[in-house]
Amino acid sequence: MAEGKLCNRKTVDTKEYLNALLADKSGKQYYKEMEELDVDTDKLQATLKASLKSRLRTWLEICAHCGMCADSCFLYLANNRDPKQVPSYKIQSTLGEIVKRKGKVDNKFMRMVMDTAWSKCTCCNRCASFCPFGIDMGIMFGYLRGLCFSQGFVPWELKIGTGMHRIFQAQMDVTSEDWVDTCEWMAEEYEDDWPDLAIPVDKENADIMYTLNAREPKHYPDDIAETAVLFHLAGENWTVPSEGWDQTNLAMFAGDWGACKIQVESVYKAMNRLKPKRMVGTECGHAHRSTVIEGPYWAGIKDGKTPVESIHYVEWVAEALRTGKLKIDPSKKIKEPVTYQDSCNYIRNGGLKNISREIMSYIAEDFREMTPNREHNFCCGGGGGFNGIGRYRAQRNAGLQIKRQQILDTGAKLVISPCHNCWDAIRDMEEIFKDGIRWSFLKPLLINMVEVPEHLKPEGEL
Amino acid sequence: MYEFLTGPAAIAAFGIFFIGLIVRVIIYIRGLHWQMDRVTYTVNVSYGIKGAIRSVIAWILPFGSVGWRSKPGITLLFFIFHFGLLFTPLFLQAHNFLLKERWGFSLWTISDPTADLLTIITLVAAVFLVLRRIALAEVRILTTAYDYILLGITVAPFLTGLLAFHQVWDYHFWLMVHIISGEIMLICIPFTKLSHVVLFFCSRIQLGMDFGIKRGGMKGKGFAW
Repeated sequence: MAEGKLCNRKTVDTKEYLNALLADKSGKQYYKEMEELDVDTDKLQATLKASLKSRLRTWLEICAHCGMCADSCFLYLANNRDPKQVPSYKIQSTLGEIVKRKGKVDNKFMRMVMDTAWSKCTCCNRCASFCPFGIDMGIMFGYLRGLCFSQGFVPWELKIGTGMHRIFQAQMDVTSEDWVDTCEWMAEEYEDDWPDLAIPVDKENADIMYTLNAREPKHYPDDIAETAVLFHLAGENWTVPSEGWDQTNLAMFAGDWGACKIQVESVYKAMNRLKPKRMVGTECGHAHRSTVIEGPYWAGIKDGKTPVESIHYVEWVAEALRTGKLKIDPSKKIKEPVTYQDSCNYIRNGGLKNISREIMSYIAEDFREMTPNREHNFCCGGGGGFNGIGRYRAQRNAGLQIKRQQILDTGAKLVISPCHNCWDAIRDMEEIFKDGIRWSFLKPLLINMVEVPEHLKPEGEL
Repeated sequence: MYEFLTGPAAIAAFGIFFIGLIVRVIIYIRGLHWQMDRVTYTVNVSYGIKGAIRSVIAWILPFGSVGWRSKPGITLLFFIFHFGLLFTPLFLQAHNFLLKERWGFSLWTISDPTADLLTIITLVAAVFLVLRRIALAEVRILTTAYDYILLGITVAPFLTGLLAFHQVWDYHFWLMVHIISGEIMLICIPFTKLSHVVLFFCSRIQLGMDFGIKRGGMKGKGFAW
């Protein structure tokens, strides 16, 4: 059965394979090989038999074809209400068809399925909340991505991402040494301004074990320093693990369930090793979704919970502001109109809608809600891996229009976005449309707003 | 013929209907898988029950959910249609008379003019559902012949019942067709997507548990459907 050297049904478990994929600029050869990739229909059939359970089968069967899901999808709205963007149509014409044909599909069909699964759905799950039967097409697309991945039909960047997780237990090639070095470097860099600032690595029995996104050490190391400063100001007893520190999971976007398990288990192992009271994750949506919400299931933990209580960064911020660990200088509150981007992964799918509003009540004088908001908010336009796939850049950019309009309608020029994906999408939106919108994580805003206790100020300022 | 259709045939149709639906529910529940579905159905049960109840109630009441409220026209149409479908045959005098005669019990009944009106409303709603399928591009693309066949099977007993009641042309002919079409409908329900009469509840309960247990239900009041 024909398989390519780069594009095949194998998982990326060696550095040689990973490097070969990376060397193939924009996945040119990879996508060329994909055109020749045979579908292993026996395997596909066996996978369906083993994993397509009654929930998904029932969803596919009972869909009343009522079209109530159409308007719930930002991609349908952003593409001039193209009927081919109706969520029900998208899943029926892909997964529905594969099931109907009992896996007997060909290469061309699978490439269409791949393009649909990654460029016409971000797995934001909004449609699930508009279907009278409670059919969650986002979940079905997640499942479909798994089928695609197992057959080798996955976007190039995500194939690389899964390899990173399998080899480095991080979404980027950041080794444990690189990571620990970055922590030391950032602590040194910031200690002049913040006396006694430390980033304790592998401290056992701390109150908090902090995990983050590999992009932070790789591209935005200041984010780690900002984390450290805020924990320092709040007087937290915290640590980071030298291994199992990346909370993110591109494998979840790719449908590589084996890599998902490897990744979350690396974090759970760190929890078990360092025995913190709880884990706090960074300002990232999918990282929280994968490690805290879905991860325990991949790892086979029967109560569906992480080894220690795990919370999103916004939960820690709300708690620190509520209990007075962090105090906001009233004169430094955000005066201008400001809005908040509800991330699908921890708001709709994680229940943190009120926590985010609580934070806004402490830090903003003119907070403006987007419409719709909270669990019914639209995807930023770049979720589910959409931001990172070159092949679908035009489709991603078209999809950004809905979020853009939502933001413009608030009249606010500042968007608080405690999610890496949303943050990227809004940054790219500004690059394209140039509306003068600014976007920010919470950390840099908080650092400029919090009161610094006298004993924590640098000597020169005393 | 009449004796057969309202006797053994009716028993067979109701038997297939009830047993079929019970089997559908059993198959559904047995096919749930905590790890594959990623929902701990048997742990954190109280959150699951709370989520399930909220999910069903929001969607079984007209305008009970954000989704229903966002589409008032369709919502009204759907609820009128389903109300007519359920209410009319259950409480029709003639049906209850037959029930009492054959099986020794009956339900509370509605007057014949009320039933007449409800039947007409149900049929009109069905016509609008068809028009909606044809008129709206986002519904048209989803629609298959199967959808029309099922709608036909569903409304046939209403149309024929109406014609029989008003004795249009031949009462006996329409009565027989009415009984046969009703029995066909009952038999079809477990085997087609009309099985949503029970699977609606299964699916809503499942998603309610998913959100109640895993996706945020432990973090606050729960999902505002």
